[in-house]
Amino acid sequence: MTPVWLFLAQRLTALILAPLVIAHLAMILIVADGGLTAAEILDRTRGSVGWGLFYGTFVLAAAIHGPIGLRNVIQEHTPWRGRSLDAAMLVLGGLLVTLGGRAVVAVVGQP
Amino acid sequence: MNRPARNHPGFWAFVAHRVSGVALVLFLPLHFLALGLALESDAALEGFLAATEHPAFVIGEWGLVTFLTIHLAAGTRVMLLELLPWRDTRKGLIAFGAVLAVVVGAVFLVRAG
Repeated sequence: MTPVWLFLAQRLTALILAPLVIAHLAMILIVADGGLTAAEILDRTRGSVGWGLFYGTFVLAAAIHGPIGLRNVIQEHTPWRGRSLDAAMLVLGGLLVTLGGRAVVAVVGQP
Repeated sequence: MNRPARNHPGFWAFVAHRVSGVALVLFLPLHFLALGLALESDAALEGFLAATEHPAFVIGEWGLVTFLTIHLAAGTRVMLLELLPWRDTRKGLIAFGAVLAVVVGAVFLVRAG
């Protein structure tokens, strides 16, 4: 991936993430009253195609956006760069997709 | 020698954008692991959520909610500066983001506390 593609991927995922983050923050503030329960989350999400798409898209966009951003920060503030850094960020992206996908299945899938 | 201009709101917006971004990406795996407890059982997730009512957890969550708002505002500002015509309204974007992060954090604390 050339820097131009990474830049474009970062902007594109940011455009996708912005409305999702606004909805996520609104949801957090709505459900925050007096502590969150598992039923409050799972009653909303279980079997919901809409929430599955919402969180699935959220996870994928964040798994691309986070490692690209972290790579920029590491390159600009530390001497680490090159293939080992790129490999580490790919691993991080893979980890985020795997754990994030698992979390979506956990809250959306029917037990 | 060129030195970065540190005594400027734009520099602090840059710092806040970076610090919040790094914190959020490092937090995400933990967030996903916690939600993954629902694979085990509803009770496993419930047990974890009950533990998060401890004040130390609520403070941590307040930090994350505030960081997420900061990162959203700072990132939106960067894209507005890059993509839209240069307008004087850009000067208020940093202050708007800062106020928004404080307000969202405060609303979270009042409701969760």
